[in-house]
Amino acid sequence: MKLVIGIVRPERANDVLEALYRAEVRGFSLSRVQGHGGELDRVENYRGTTVRVGLEDKVRFEIAVSDGFVQPAIDALCEGGRTGEVGDGKIFVVPLERAVRIRTGETDHGAVTPVGPA
Amino acid sequence: MSDLPLVFGQVAKVDTGDTAWMLAATALVLLMTPALGLFYAGLVRSKNTLNTFMMSIAAIAVAGFTWALVGYSLAFDGTGDLIGGFNNVALHDVTFVPRDGTTIPALVFMAFQATFCIITTALVSGAVVERMRFSAFLVFAALWSVLVYAVMAHWAFGGGWLLERGTLDFAGGVPVEMGSGFSALAAALVVGARKDYGRQALLPHNAVLVLLGAGLLWFGWFGFNGGSGFSTGNPGVLAFTNTLLCPACTLLAWFALDAIRGRHVTAIGAATAIIVGCVGITPAGGFVSPGWAMALGFLVALPSYYVIVWRPRTRVDETLDVLAAHGVAGFTGILFIGFFAQESWNGVSDGLVYGNAAQLGDQAVAALAAPVYAFVATYILLRVIGALMPLRVTEREEALGLDVTQHGEEAYATGEGAILITPEAGFEEEMAVAQP
Repeated sequence: MKLVIGIVRPERANDVLEALYRAEVRGFSLSRVQGHGGELDRVENYRGTTVRVGLEDKVRFEIAVSDGFVQPAIDALCEGGRTGEVGDGKIFVVPLERAVRIRTGETDHGAVTPVGPA
Repeated sequence: MSDLPLVFGQVAKVDTGDTAWMLAATALVLLMTPALGLFYAGLVRSKNTLNTFMMSIAAIAVAGFTWALVGYSLAFDGTGDLIGGFNNVALHDVTFVPRDGTTIPALVFMAFQATFCIITTALVSGAVVERMRFSAFLVFAALWSVLVYAVMAHWAFGGGWLLERGTLDFAGGVPVEMGSGFSALAAALVVGARKDYGRQALLPHNAVLVLLGAGLLWFGWFGFNGGSGFSTGNPGVLAFTNTLLCPACTLLAWFALDAIRGRHVTAIGAATAIIVGCVGITPAGGFVSPGWAMALGFLVALPSYYVIVWRPRTRVDETLDVLAAHGVAGFTGILFIGFFAQESWNGVSDGLVYGNAAQLGDQAVAALAAPVYAFVATYILLRVIGALMPLRVTEREEALGLDVTQHGEEAYATGEGAILITPEAGFEEEMAVAQP
């Protein structure tokens, strides 16, 4: 059981969602974050004020999966998120100690397995 | 022309009341362009807000300039069939002397017509937002405002063949509405669809901007239609009042259509209805009775609504539906005159319903010629520009958004993570020296 954290470009978020859907990974959270990962800074001008924007908007996926779904989730994030330019983002996989589905009280493997046929 | 008033002083006399109204009307119409910027900006994704707005602002810059330089002369100098002359190039002979047939100085007349050229150029941008390069749009706007708008304005207003044969177009169903609408279709086809079109939901990012823009457009439209009589006389008064009545009825019709189709009356639908209603009454404003204007308001909603529902199911990314809101509604308005114009109201001509079938023929000719010219001319123009420079931003720039890539700004900048760069080298040192 792992937590897969994927940080991707906002404009690729929809492609990641599609890829995750095709990989049958159906449970995840998504948040908008700002970060910096080595890409070139962007210069913006507002009247006399010139600024260097060091933080880029990113979208952070958090996907808790059972072991069998770790690689499909990673593949989906790579496939959907990749443009080939600096700034495509990162994927972190961390061990997950416990998971509980609030509705039923199921824990661990049951909690991160999608309800229904999958 | 400039010698006439000395000889026939009583013929060409400036009327102060008319001039006062036309000065105000000109300002009202100019306001429509930033209003259109708001309307369009609300309809796109937030990362393209500024670029979309800037296309309208750019139209003021570019078309305002080209109009004074050559557009006005092509449109309003002389009575050639297809184009006017070159006597008024760079505003030569455009003075305080009234333009023939009006009681306002030619300068005011030129400025009023300039605002029409500007808003129409801005309208076309709705077809190509979110992917067209800003510099390519500037070139397109400059050439389009002369080669398409000024030519069509000559046909309908300036003494060209449509005006000569008796086509009635009060405030611009031909050059403004059909001109922009069918040009927009051509522009969308040449520039091509946005890369995410048809794959992702591309939603309006701010419906409040859309409603505010539509409201301000309606406000400005009182100058647009009400000023197109060039006086405070009956035609202008009739058009002014019809500009209130017709869009109100379009709103009602749109509410009903929305409710039937989606079980909700939508805000963006309402904003669209305001535009469609104003467009419908634009050609007809000074020619039909208030009662028929209200009927037109209900009627004009139907074809435009249908096209707005149908168009997104096609591969044609005519992004902000300029064709439906302007081209189709302008077409409806032009034809409506042919049926319901009333000489007892307009003092010019009756339509088919009042016994003059020929008027419908004259209207039908305009309803065919205007779309064909606008579409073909714009198609060729953009193909030529496209051969000389890229029309589109790169896929990567499109993904990042045109605000950042074209203008180096964001519409909703937070300043988080932004590091101040001192404006001039040495500034920092001076500050340091000043400290004890």
